[in-house]
Amino acid sequence: MADVDVIIVGAGPAGLSAATELKRLGVARVLVLDREAAAGGIPRHCLHSPYGMREWHRVMFGPAYARRLTDEAQAAGAEIRCRTTVTALRPGGKVEVSTPDGLQVLQGRAVLLATGARETSRAARLVGGTKPGGVMNTATLQGFAAFADHLPFRRPVIVGTELVSFSAMITCLTHGARPVAMIDAGPGPTARAIMTLAPRMLGIPLRFGTKIAAIHGRSRVDGITVEAPEGPQDIACDGVVFTGGFRPENALLRTSALQVDPGSLGPSIDQYGRLSDPAYFAAGNVLHAIETAGWCWDEGRKVARTIDAALHGALPPRAEVGIRTEGAAIKYALPQVISPVGETPPAFDRMQLRLTRPYSGDVGIGGTSHRIDSRPERRILLPLPLSGQGA
Amino acid sequence: MNQDYDAAIIGAGVVGCAIARRLTLDGARVVVLEKGADILDGASKANSAILHTGFDAPEGSLELACVQEGYREYEALHAQMNLPLDRCGALVLAWTDEQEARLPALIAQAQANAVTDVELLSRDRVLTLEPNLNPALRAGFRVPRESLIDPWSAPHGYLLQALLNGAELRRSCEVTGGSFDGSQWTLTTSQGPVSAGRVVNAAGNYGDLIDKMLLGRTDFRIRPRKGQFLVYDKTAAALARHILLPVPTDKTKGIVVCRTIWGNLLVGPTAEDQDDRVTASLEEATLRMLEQKGAEILPALAGEEITTIYAGLRPACEFKDYQIREHAENMITVGAIRSTGLSAALGIAAHVGRMIGATAPLASPAVPRMAMLAEERTRDWQLAGNEGMLCHCERVTLREAKAALTGPLAPHSFAGFKRRTRAAMGRCQGFYCGQAVQGLLDKAGADRG
Repeated sequence: MADVDVIIVGAGPAGLSAATELKRLGVARVLVLDREAAAGGIPRHCLHSPYGMREWHRVMFGPAYARRLTDEAQAAGAEIRCRTTVTALRPGGKVEVSTPDGLQVLQGRAVLLATGARETSRAARLVGGTKPGGVMNTATLQGFAAFADHLPFRRPVIVGTELVSFSAMITCLTHGARPVAMIDAGPGPTARAIMTLAPRMLGIPLRFGTKIAAIHGRSRVDGITVEAPEGPQDIACDGVVFTGGFRPENALLRTSALQVDPGSLGPSIDQYGRLSDPAYFAAGNVLHAIETAGWCWDEGRKVARTIDAALHGALPPRAEVGIRTEGAAIKYALPQVISPVGETPPAFDRMQLRLTRPYSGDVGIGGTSHRIDSRPERRILLPLPLSGQGA
Repeated sequence: MNQDYDAAIIGAGVVGCAIARRLTLDGARVVVLEKGADILDGASKANSAILHTGFDAPEGSLELACVQEGYREYEALHAQMNLPLDRCGALVLAWTDEQEARLPALIAQAQANAVTDVELLSRDRVLTLEPNLNPALRAGFRVPRESLIDPWSAPHGYLLQALLNGAELRRSCEVTGGSFDGSQWTLTTSQGPVSAGRVVNAAGNYGDLIDKMLLGRTDFRIRPRKGQFLVYDKTAAALARHILLPVPTDKTKGIVVCRTIWGNLLVGPTAEDQDDRVTASLEEATLRMLEQKGAEILPALAGEEITTIYAGLRPACEFKDYQIREHAENMITVGAIRSTGLSAALGIAAHVGRMIGATAPLASPAVPRMAMLAEERTRDWQLAGNEGMLCHCERVTLREAKAALTGPLAPHSFAGFKRRTRAAMGRCQGFYCGQAVQGLLDKAGADRG
């Protein structure tokens, strides 16, 4: 059993920035594990900009950004091991991994979970019809674009209007496919309205209140049926891209003894990013699924500092003062637990809230009230009720 | 003209595969003609992966005899072919007064069917065995020998054994006509003529049409029965140890909740009669009904993630029993293998084998060892030299994938590859590995669908 100081599960923006920061803080052995063939995470196959604004104040494309994150972590002295799949999280920071050489057990003094997120599949959305080829998520589409240089369709329908949906649209257009429509069951775009400029200028119909009801075709897609405000309609197309609906990649968590928040589907953390087993920490999209690379990078850096404090015995014990949310519009609040306040600044100094439906009105935290006007998939930041320590 | 083969089997579903094995082991020269790009692409691609005891089959039926003979042979051969057998047992559950009142008759029927180890259980006993069940249940009984198997490695194994011992398989080979000259058949196919002493019609949902085409008559009419299924992620499998069955009706065994040998949990099937023999389409409203039904049986299922959805067509007809008969024209029809085909396949094959008679049984036939994908067994990802993981959700290694792409039964379609390896079948549905899998198949020239 190999011993290291910090094991980081996932070499995406959160995991790599945490690795760089831990090395900068003088932690001796930092090991980053990733199941893919190369480090960098999702940005690796996002062939669009902008990346890197928050980190380096410049605009970069996904692959260059992923390379720079990887290079920085390695230059700082972190070890990155790819093709290494974590298969179980055991109590106290013991981690089982599968490698090309078989099963191994690693022991970390601390373990950071930075496993990221994935989109909701067609199956999990219970979309009816047949199961032809050419139905995929954005990540698979971008995999085709980045690694196979051709797409498996020419005229797909894009389902969703999140930020990633427009990224899927651009990937199609730059790789010889022209989306026949972007559809969304909601009354307006999930992303900010400015994002809809591009499809409007390019003449790609945006259809709201339009829900995909069935997919048709035997080996390839030959059309879909939608439920639209004017009734059911058929749209001819040769592919379907289900975009967004991000959810934490939580399979490891769910088969461990670690506490999972049923709202976020990610781990339950305190303001230090610490899980119910204090050997474990988490950062990035495994917590909230939907943030940009820059946001995850920042969280990774901040949680690295609390991990360093934990390695020096400088974190207060984790307490079970749970944050209870009331109200049907609240999907979850992060962090889920408040531990006692100590010398170490919290990694999460504000409360992140997400909604299940559009909501305009007041939110009360403890005694104070805050006005919000937001909708699902948008980040809401409110003061965290920490006694004696502000944001 | 010399006949090329002793027997031509039309259809490479689970039944055709088992018959190919039986006739080959009995000494016949066999060819299997499959119109799909790959085998198991019709009725066999969607079932509940259970090896049934026949406890609820009609007394004295051919179905019962075949299910029970099939069960015994599977038990005897699974270890040497490295096929999984999870003897988890089934619980038949009553949720209403009316259903509870039917339990004694069902137990009596099981006894009459020589399934003598069933035991009536009180509500409390059932809940002790399965604490996650909805406590609203009334009573139940246990059928200890109902088991889980791999619905794909089993038929692959049957056909592979046939191929290793001299049989031939032609895929994308549709039979378009044929004539019998009094001693042999000449079939016309999309790949040219095939002559054989005997024809076995194992065409599943097309069984009656093949009869009509070759004999000019048919004794039954297939009306496909659609079944839709939900599959839940691995964490849901911990919610139930047993196969959870409802009290069956005349038409269907009803909606089952059970684990799979891969460690998922499935809910299904529905029973929806339709005329379309080709398309088994999914309907959101029905899937939502299954979701609700599953959560009524196992309340904790409500918080679990759905990994995949699928639908299949089972070849039902106007008769309840199997339609297996020998025609004067040296042809055997194996029709209307409605819902127990996976359990009964080896028994059906033995039955057909006896109808024909063994000519020169092979003394020491080659036996294939199949890839073991059962979750509770040691998997390749735990072993050295696995070449890394291709599919993370189902933990399929590159070495397993490459092995599946070689040999006489290498896949000819993406779906066929998934059935052999489970790659891209997991919770992310190809989010991570979809493009890599397609690349691997393209390189091997394996996607001809």
